[in-house]
Amino acid sequence: MRVLIPSQLRSYTHAAEVAGVGSTLEELTQNLDAQFPGIRFRIIDEQDRIRRHIRIFVNGEAVNTLATALAASDEVQIVGALTGG
Amino acid sequence: MQRKPAGRIVRKAPLAGARRAHPRATHRAAAGTTLLMVGTRKGAWLFRSDPQRRKWTIDGPHFLGHIVNHLTLDPRDGTTMLMASKTGHLGPTIFRSTDMGRTWTEASRPPAFPKAAEGARALAVDYTFSLAPAHPSEPRAWYATTCPPGLFRSEDAGVTWTPVAGWNEHPMYWKWNNPDAGTPDGSILQWVTIDPRDPAHMYIVTSEGGVFESHDHADTWRPLNKNVEAVFMPNPNPEFGQDTHCLQMHPLAPDRLYQQSHCGIYRLDRPGDEWVRIGRNMPEEIGDIGFPIVLHPRDPERAWVFPMDGTTVWPRTSPGGRPAVYLTRDAGESWERQDRGLPRAQGWMTVKRQGFCADDRDPLGLYFGTTCGELWTSPDEGRRWRQLAAHLPEIYSVAAMTVA
Repeated sequence: MRVLIPSQLRSYTHAAEVAGVGSTLEELTQNLDAQFPGIRFRIIDEQDRIRRHIRIFVNGEAVNTLATALAASDEVQIVGALTGG
Repeated sequence: MQRKPAGRIVRKAPLAGARRAHPRATHRAAAGTTLLMVGTRKGAWLFRSDPQRRKWTIDGPHFLGHIVNHLTLDPRDGTTMLMASKTGHLGPTIFRSTDMGRTWTEASRPPAFPKAAEGARALAVDYTFSLAPAHPSEPRAWYATTCPPGLFRSEDAGVTWTPVAGWNEHPMYWKWNNPDAGTPDGSILQWVTIDPRDPAHMYIVTSEGGVFESHDHADTWRPLNKNVEAVFMPNPNPEFGQDTHCLQMHPLAPDRLYQQSHCGIYRLDRPGDEWVRIGRNMPEEIGDIGFPIVLHPRDPERAWVFPMDGTTVWPRTSPGGRPAVYLTRDAGESWERQDRGLPRAQGWMTVKRQGFCADDRDPLGLYFGTTCGELWTSPDEGRRWRQLAAHLPEIYSVAAMTVA
């Protein structure tokens, strides 16, 4: 599936858009970590919670759990939000 | 691709078995340059001196925009540099360099707590606060301390990190710590200090517990806070609950400990266990509140502090807007002011826990960084000060090392 990568994570992917696989958001983040080692822990903590200033959207809808089901046709957007300064 | 390291350490850390030196014993460090490693809220900078420490070059920013709580070089191998980093959005990690900061690689397993059982209280590392090389007999081992209070160890020079269960899962953990409260920067395990005579003997300090000691390689701990005040507690002399800002063990006299606490400056000579508030000997109008304390590496009697205003609403700025360091030459019996070169007025400086350090040269060089991004140095043990840099981001840590 299509995964849109924010600027904060492009030191890992070197691309604004990558392809990932997984039937859940958990599987997708594991797949991304296999492709781009270290990326998962920057956005998901050790208790499997999406980090406070990371937002994840599936087909434009915000999701807040790694149990979210995904289909190959979905578009997942990772966003860094609401911090800085 | 890694490039050849640009330098190596001239002086090593004190060896195991070191014994107390003559109080005034000094020796001249080998010629070299001083490397200053500066961690800030917005990245890291490296400053390198000429051999006389008169001219400095600046190298940075490294990791612009990253929150760098600590950046330090391993004195045992002279090449492994570790950086504790996170960003406003991204979780905490460790970056490593073995070529003096030219190239960096990320730890493959940064410090992280174990996954909590369903329904159990769960901890997640917010940021790594400090990085400490372990005992010289464990040459690739390091410790990391975190917010919330966690202790982590690496056996491979910082590539992978594992939680230290003896602290993180101690039966008293949730009494000794309050991860949901703490300082404006959270509840922190701030330091690991290791006895140069015994790798199993160590101290840690936390922002809600004070000082803790282990004799068995971090498996078990006990509080070591007798006589250290905690005026913010209902009982101002509790067994634990103190906020120790900085603990220093003298490398040549490891039974001598100094601490700058939230509530004063203290000294402890082991095997005793009752701290003495040597800050009572500071001028009353200055007080003994601050964050860091720095020792003279060749004289256990000498220490420097950077006093800050702890009155009324606790501004934590230089008292009266007149910054100064204070030096004791007699283990805290008396203190002298050193402010030549520092602003005479309207200098409202704050220096955080890891923001003040010394090199190992003779005469000793001192360095501090402020929360308003100024870096100051004294090449002569505090007699004269000059500004090395202004306009950096908020400085969190300054570490100095002599390199070839």
